Amino acid sequence: MITFKLNGLEVQAEQGSTILDVARFYGLEIPTLCYMEGLDPWGGCRLCVVEIGEAPKSKLVSSCTYRVEEGLIVHTDTKRVIAARRMMIELMLSTAPMSKELQDLASKFGVTQQRFPPRNEECVYCGLCIRMCDQQMDARAIGFQNRGYKRKISTPFDIKSEECRLCGACMYVCPACAARCGGPNADTDICNACLQVEPTCLETYGELTCWMYDAGRCGTCVQETKK
Amino acid sequence: MDVQTERVNAFVRKHKNQKKALIAILQDIQAEYNYLPREALQQVSRSLAVPLIDVIGVATFYRAFSLKPRGRHVITVCLGTACHVRGGPKILEEFERRLGIAAGDTTGDGKFTLETVACLGCCAIGPVVVVDGDYHAQTSIRKAETIIKQYMNK
Amino acid sequence: MKAPTKLKTVKDLEQAIAAQKRLRAADKRPVVTVSAGTCGRARGSLKVLDALNASLRKAKLDKKVKVRVTGCHGFCEAEPNLILHPGDLFYQKVDPKHAEGIVIETIKNKKTIKSLLYKDPVTGKSAAKESAIPFYKKQKRIVLGDNALLDPTQINDYFSIGGYSTLLKVLTKMTPEKVIGEVKTSGLRGRGGAGFPTGLKWELARNQKGEPKYIICNADEGDPGAYMDRSLLEGNPHRVLEGMMIGAFAIGASEGVMYVRDEYPLAVKHVTMAIEALRELGLLGKNILGTGFDFDFQIAKGAGAFVCGEETAMIASIEGYVGEPRQRPPYPAEKGLGGKPTVINNVETWGTIPLILAKGGAGFAKIGTETSKGTKIFALVGKINNTGLVEVPMGTTLREVIYDIGGGIPGGKKFKAVQTGGPSGGCLPTSKLDLPIDYESLSGAGSIMGSGGMIVMDEKTCMVDIAKYFLNFLRDESCGKCVSCREGTQRMYEIVTRISEGKGKPADLELLEELAQTCKDASMCGLGQTAANPVLSTLRYFKKEFEAHIKEKRCPAGVCKSLIRFIVLPDKCTGCLACKKACPNDCIHGTLREVHLIDQEKCIKCGACYEACRFEAVETQRDEAIVIMEGAR
Repeated sequence: MITFKLNGLEVQAEQGSTILDVARFYGLEIPTLCYMEGLDPWGGCRLCVVEIGEAPKSKLVSSCTYRVEEGLIVHTDTKRVIAARRMMIELMLSTAPMSKELQDLASKFGVTQQRFPPRNEECVYCGLCIRMCDQQMDARAIGFQNRGYKRKISTPFDIKSEECRLCGACMYVCPACAARCGGPNADTDICNACLQVEPTCLETYGELTCWMYDAGRCGTCVQETKK
Repeated sequence: MDVQTERVNAFVRKHKNQKKALIAILQDIQAEYNYLPREALQQVSRSLAVPLIDVIGVATFYRAFSLKPRGRHVITVCLGTACHVRGGPKILEEFERRLGIAAGDTTGDGKFTLETVACLGCCAIGPVVVVDGDYHAQTSIRKAETIIKQYMNK
Repeated sequence: MKAPTKLKTVKDLEQAIAAQKRLRAADKRPVVTVSAGTCGRARGSLKVLDALNASLRKAKLDKKVKVRVTGCHGFCEAEPNLILHPGDLFYQKVDPKHAEGIVIETIKNKKTIKSLLYKDPVTGKSAAKESAIPFYKKQKRIVLGDNALLDPTQINDYFSIGGYSTLLKVLTKMTPEKVIGEVKTSGLRGRGGAGFPTGLKWELARNQKGEPKYIICNADEGDPGAYMDRSLLEGNPHRVLEGMMIGAFAIGASEGVMYVRDEYPLAVKHVTMAIEALRELGLLGKNILGTGFDFDFQIAKGAGAFVCGEETAMIASIEGYVGEPRQRPPYPAEKGLGGKPTVINNVETWGTIPLILAKGGAGFAKIGTETSKGTKIFALVGKINNTGLVEVPMGTTLREVIYDIGGGIPGGKKFKAVQTGGPSGGCLPTSKLDLPIDYESLSGAGSIMGSGGMIVMDEKTCMVDIAKYFLNFLRDESCGKCVSCREGTQRMYEIVTRISEGKGKPADLELLEELAQTCKDASMCGLGQTAANPVLSTLRYFKKEFEAHIKEKRCPAGVCKSLIRFIVLPDKCTGCLACKKACPNDCIHGTLREVHLIDQEKCIKCGACYEACRFEAVETQRDEAIVIMEGAR
């Protein structure tokens, strides 16, 4: 067992536990977005950051990926941590303002201003869909492409993937997709989780192949080939 | 692009079928075809037993790779800090104007691809422009025209 | 030169080194050293070499004179340069047409050609010997100096200056613990930028359980404006390899990976040749020279990703993945390549090791400051007279490097800032010129040592534009994992861009600081954690410039396109039509000998006219004939 300090409290945990595991066990609330039980932790959204160590050498780390160490000092809600969490929410919200999950987080953590021009994308690049597709569904149909500000999530060559079984798990776990993608204006709104590009799958396939059964308004059907 | 499966497999074999040699294999393929053809990527995925999505992930992450066919001549303008301070961006703009394309694209006739690089490590001779491995030192807005003319008919 | 036969014992190598040293000492022929690194070649040094060889053959002196093609000597401004022995004569900016003259006048008749000598840009004084040139005088070139002495493609040249005798000493007379002890005593800190004590890193790795252990040479040198590592790898690869082998012995590693960036083809070539040479001689593999030391090299090429300079991203790249950094701990010394203990050090660090083991750590520790020992190589570039690679003891001030060695700012312009540490560093103003160069001083001032890039900027450089430049670089190079870095750099870029376009609001500066702080705090790896430094340092020292852009919609340096216009000064224009011809958009009116006029409606602000105005016939006419005038549009 490893002994360390959590918010001033001396706690014990098993070797290999993450700070997040332990904090939740002790009833502390740490917000997360890209973390999901059953999937490997990713540490990309930075919402779960906590402050470790002592001033002036303390630093922020993602609690979902940081394994506990003997004698570690952890604080889950310092000024620095709250400021970071708020900024992460503000940044993600400006990317995908239509996400209910992000809007809820904003209310909870007191993010009341939106200072960045909204991009109205449907993706915050949290990677849940990818890890779901890979680790739980064993399909590996989608993945990250490019890097930095050009990052995107797609199938190989942006066309219908041979690996994709249309299971919909990606959409199920997507925090940004909680609001609906596309609809009649789907040629401008692009949902990266399901690669819907045609507004009406009916026209392409002659029948609704969509498990969502959104009457052809959205669909998970993917364009066959892209020029 | 006619990609010979055997050629790709030869590269994979050259690197002892090691998954960790993926980047080196892609570099060999790019050197051979001047870009990474779709079929080549699919073949690498099969031969190396690496999921295609991961091969694509690597191919798009690194700047050295191009998934689109590149021109016969690749003009690379250095935009490192030293070259930037010496006027690199204005030289890039001149190339963009003269070739009629944006950085990253290829001219319609397939002659030139215009790219940028963050730093070539030749800051003393900046602003630097490299064409097909030839280094052009101390370029300027005016030299852009000369450089294009030099490679136009090759 | 015929390849020597395989070396099987310690004595074989000892004798091989001694033989080469003897041969070199016995060779009394005059020597012409041609500097042919990448920059030299770009400036035509290979053509100079061909012309030289042809002239020597013509004068029937080709067997009587030794021509040595070396890597870069560091004084890039003077390239292509030659050094002639005896006499240590330095000829700069040599052209192929000078070759004939050099062979007849200098080599045959032993006369100096004055026009080829170095001339100080400020005082006008000439200097004949390399050692008398101000650029070199204040330097202490213990690492880079050997570049001028050897042909990097010939291992025999390296033997001839005693190369690999330190490795022999280590393998036969020292224990790994003793080696680590010397490195610790020397106080050597990682030259890649972070400055972690090298001896400590080695010790941590040595004490780890886990086999096999690896060492990696970080030759990804991604900082724009830094090319020390390139020069060392091109010019003296064996020095670095020797350092790595010594390190491998100390740590207990059996495999070394050389990760070189894709953009350095000559460095890759020379390192590959060097490793091949070692292999041919039997100096790699199992039980090297019967000492029980197993070791071999592998080369991995980068593929154009700055983030791969980060330790864990580099490991991911070597393993065939995207260059996404991993959470630390565990640190690579504990769990690195393949989950095994791995030591990653920078090229310059490895290149300094043979020196420390040869002369002892204590001697090295005498150079430098209390906390930063030894020398450091800097790439002095940008708006500076003497561009080149500068190796100075730690503690030398910025002023000494920029003025005494660098020769100050060209064109009579004023110094404005010096950028150190690449995209993870910051810009330091005039008030910081007397700062001693060491790890703590630089980070205290808001910058970092970094890998050694030192970019000098003058009054015509806009600091808002510089901040924008670095943010653009970082948002492209970010791996994209962390929201704080990916979105942070993008949004900071957007804000600074708006400011540079005259669309900034006063609240922007606050938002910028807030965003910068969060990016610094919440990011997982060094790239994200230092991404805010360029912005924070320019805000710290040049806030007035940002405010001018925001409140007055004015760019004091005359760079930001939306805030300037180009005009012709009537009393300076000679009516030569140069600008008119250069203009791509046909916006300049005027005929020969008539004062030209720029049509502001059509002007696309490309700067071609500004560049073209150059009256060679009339000396006093300078670029100021076309002046950037402030004025919002």
